[in-house]
Amino acid sequence: MTSRAAIATTADTKAQAEAHKIAPRGAHIAVMGLSHAYRKADGPVLDDINFEVRPGEVMALLGRSGCGKSTLLHMLSGLTLPSQGEVAINGNTVRDPSPKWVMMFQAPSLYPWMTVAQNAALGLRFTRRGDEIAKRVPEVLGLVDLANFADRNAQELSGGQQQRVALARSLAPSPELLLLDEPFSALDAFTRRALQKDVRKIAKDLGLTLVIVTHDVGEAVRMADRVLVLDANPGRIAEDTMIALTEEERNGGNEAFQKEHSRLMGVYSDVADMGDTPTENDFAQL
Amino acid sequence: MSALADIPALFSLPRLGRARGAVNAALGIGLLLALWWVGGWIVANNDDLFAFADFAPAPTLARLWDMIVTGEVLDMSGPSLMRVGLGLNYAVIIGVPVGIIIGRMKRVNEVANVPFQFLRMISPLAWMPIAVMAFDTWDGAIIFLITMAAVWPILFSTAGGVRRIDPAWLKVARNLGANPFHMLFVVILPAIAVDVLSGIRLALGVAWVVLVPAEYLGVTSGLGYAINDARDTLDYARLGATVVVIGLIGFTLDYLCMMAIKKFNWLREDH
Repeated sequence: MTSRAAIATTADTKAQAEAHKIAPRGAHIAVMGLSHAYRKADGPVLDDINFEVRPGEVMALLGRSGCGKSTLLHMLSGLTLPSQGEVAINGNTVRDPSPKWVMMFQAPSLYPWMTVAQNAALGLRFTRRGDEIAKRVPEVLGLVDLANFADRNAQELSGGQQQRVALARSLAPSPELLLLDEPFSALDAFTRRALQKDVRKIAKDLGLTLVIVTHDVGEAVRMADRVLVLDANPGRIAEDTMIALTEEERNGGNEAFQKEHSRLMGVYSDVADMGDTPTENDFAQL
Repeated sequence: MSALADIPALFSLPRLGRARGAVNAALGIGLLLALWWVGGWIVANNDDLFAFADFAPAPTLARLWDMIVTGEVLDMSGPSLMRVGLGLNYAVIIGVPVGIIIGRMKRVNEVANVPFQFLRMISPLAWMPIAVMAFDTWDGAIIFLITMAAVWPILFSTAGGVRRIDPAWLKVARNLGANPFHMLFVVILPAIAVDVLSGIRLALGVAWVVLVPAEYLGVTSGLGYAINDARDTLDYARLGATVVVIGLIGFTLDYLCMMAIKKFNWLREDH
């Protein structure tokens, strides 16, 4: 079952990679037979994960803490390599991190000795595209509404503004994929809502693929086109579901949003309560 | 009772506002001079000690002025500054890279920690006989002793700074395509600049202390030599003046380090 699925995925991946050459925007991701254990003696954190993300799709990985969702995201980024299985982006196996797929963390992790503009320029500086900095940095700072903050020190900004700078820094090298590891959980509700909305809009406008790790059902409903609900111990995909809401409805405060929210909350609590019970991998439904 | 309660009011210092730091510093210097003067007065009026009366502020400071005007101060401190500068230079060249390595690699730190702590506790002056044998010139031996004194604070301070680097900074840099060169010069070195400078400041303090006894060695120049020479020629005013010069230069160097630390400190205190 798994191997056939893997073969099918590889074929799909090739086609997607071809398509990608025509419109090189959002990355296509294929995760095939991925398992991971931190040490051999311990049980696996992730067990036989298979899924695919379409270019330009916003996908949420929803799960309790400890279900391995953050580990999974690290593997998509190439910052961690899986014990088994592989991650392919646009048909190429991920072996290293790359500025083409950028990860954002809960803490903005700006470099405090640099200005906002210097922080945003780093990706270009590291990849020898320094000549693009003058044009690209104001562009991305404008995109995150911080055009007037270019010369400020990163520490002078509020938490939400700092996370916007981190977003600008991630966007500057024109990535195909953004990986967000609970990036808004340290922010107050108001700032969080604003950023959730803006990040989704930016990703959609640029055609980026977006993968968000979250334990917040509301965040998943607001931002994601599709949600993978992860089971814990070991981490498995328990549910793969689409969020069918218009951009307007995603702002919340309407019946459709409430309905999706309760539905996803139902799925999430079922999975969370099941704990160790193995569940059928939903890969076939793709 | 009421008279007692009034006493603190009589002695309360005026509010000084912005000049407070300068006024208090002047007060401290004044107290030190007063103590010195009292000491000099006691020495001058003691039958056993009056030969050392030139240690008192008046003869010493008069002689110091003389030494400044004639350029003698520059002549004696030039070689000393050169030796401390070179010693610190070698200490930085060794201490910073080794500090980065033991800060980054846990295993290396575990191996190196005990020997380093052991070596650190050996007085640099204890190396003196070995240094004299190992180096062709007295200058070489002195610079070696200063390096031995200065390397440890720099090394440990650097390692501590590296350990305190936010791991996310490295992860983000790796993700954005940084190569090891970028990692070092764009992330690690700016992140630890203040720690390295704090280490240099401590090292300078130790080096400056070690310098004077180290210059008692064969050399015929420098502040340590000047102290010895003044003692041998019973020129106590000159000895006192040299002590003041040593203190002044040490204080100035430390102040410069402090300014550098302030300049490179990226932490904004008000946030």
